[in-house]
Amino acid sequence: MIQTYAERAQSDVRMEVSMTVNGSLRTLKVEPRTTLLDALRDELGLTGPKKSCDRGECGACTVHIDGRRILSCMTLAAMHDGQLITTIEGLESNGSLHAVQEMFIEHDGFQCGFCTSGQIMSAVTVIEEAAAGWPSAATEDVTKPFTIEDLSPAEIRERMSGNLCRCSCYPNIVAAVAEAARRR
Amino acid sequence: MHPFTLSRPADISAAITAHAHDAHLAFIAGGTDLIGLMKDRVTLPDRLLDINHLPDMAQIEALHDGGLRLGSLARMSDVAANLDVRSRFPVIAESLLFAASGQLRNMATIGGNIMQRTRCAYFRDEDDLPCNKRRPGSGCSARYGFNRNLAIFGWSDDCVATNPSDLAVAFSALDAIVLVRGLRGQRSIPFTEFHRLPGNTPERDNVLDRGDLIVAVEVPARIEGRASHYFKLRDRQSYEFALVSAAAAVAVRDGRIESARLAMGGVAHKPWRLKAAESALRGISLDNADALRTAIATSFTEARPLAQNAFKVELAQRVALRALETAGARV
Repeated sequence: MIQTYAERAQSDVRMEVSMTVNGSLRTLKVEPRTTLLDALRDELGLTGPKKSCDRGECGACTVHIDGRRILSCMTLAAMHDGQLITTIEGLESNGSLHAVQEMFIEHDGFQCGFCTSGQIMSAVTVIEEAAAGWPSAATEDVTKPFTIEDLSPAEIRERMSGNLCRCSCYPNIVAAVAEAARRR
Repeated sequence: MHPFTLSRPADISAAITAHAHDAHLAFIAGGTDLIGLMKDRVTLPDRLLDINHLPDMAQIEALHDGGLRLGSLARMSDVAANLDVRSRFPVIAESLLFAASGQLRNMATIGGNIMQRTRCAYFRDEDDLPCNKRRPGSGCSARYGFNRNLAIFGWSDDCVATNPSDLAVAFSALDAIVLVRGLRGQRSIPFTEFHRLPGNTPERDNVLDRGDLIVAVEVPARIEGRASHYFKLRDRQSYEFALVSAAAAVAVRDGRIESARLAMGGVAHKPWRLKAAESALRGISLDNADALRTAIATSFTEARPLAQNAFKVELAQRVALRALETAGARV
């Protein structure tokens, strides 16, 4: 039976999804079309991830799924049943900021702050990816092993290119990421 | 977004059957292209089938003979970081690393990457301007419109779009094989025959039918695999689609090219193999830039630039040369 969009919009097609968000198991009912970003912001009240371009272009909605950075605006909440989600709100532990958060403050890595949660969520995994030996487009020779000592400013700029900052705090962001990587 | 339903198939056969019998159903894996297309109302499927949980489709296998088998659900980032991929076929790792952003590479899959649709601005325009690829028969706004980014080879009056995948250019150069399962079982499609030229049916990007599901891409062992490189030229340094790109792979004997593989991105509706140049390059010394340039030029006699992209004809030849020389330095 074919329903019109209007008919379907009126029927309850919500799906139950359970995710561990910042360490707590959360069960919610979402429409299939609800993005993970909208579910986090509107259903769970986690407004750290920002809705900016909503097209996967700016990085402001960056969160971690099972420890990896992703864009929460470009995926559906109902696809992530059973997974581990971390937002900027879940980065601190016992009241202490994450080292990358500390370095963003130390190096003045933001002005208006709108992109900052995405920048920091990205930066945390940029350091982990480098430590895991992942090369980037800035890596001179991908056939050779990559180590965190190779994480130069050029590497950081390339790896952070999916996070835009309208205030153009880029030099300070790169400095913050570089020092957080050094202190790791 | 428009309302749709979302479900998971019980197994691969159920996924194939559902897709074959339902023209309004779409597979979703990484979703990074499909969700953008739905948000821009380019495509409005009624039902999505989440194939992320199908078993045995995410492996990255280094084959004993020196080849690779990349499961269609393997993520771009995992393939790019894989040491076997990097040492056997650096061109594949580089094509992945020069695409998208770190976040998107963690989401997007190998199968989805080669299925991604054109970035032609008219195809994706929220105002739904005439576009034969989006609405067959509506016309091509780009043919006499903004076409600086578009094709110089193989286009038709119905469509001048280019394929945006970087990985597909590397796969084309290496003559990879797409393993597809459909209603009638599994079949292998040579990569150079996977994507189509637009002709008068530009709505079809590739040769897949309803019910077809990509399970893996195989890259056979190639003597040129190790000395390979992907060079991508963009309007900005990072996080941008190619203006022009080239995948090059080369085998050298006694200082001369024994065999070369060259494919280009950003120039056609499919990755564009430079077959004439590959033949002409045989026997030439990698140090002889003039001879390399002349050999590459043999593939550009058939170039047909549009009003705004004549610059691509020269640019593409320089990009091909750079890719070839850098690949050659890896011998």
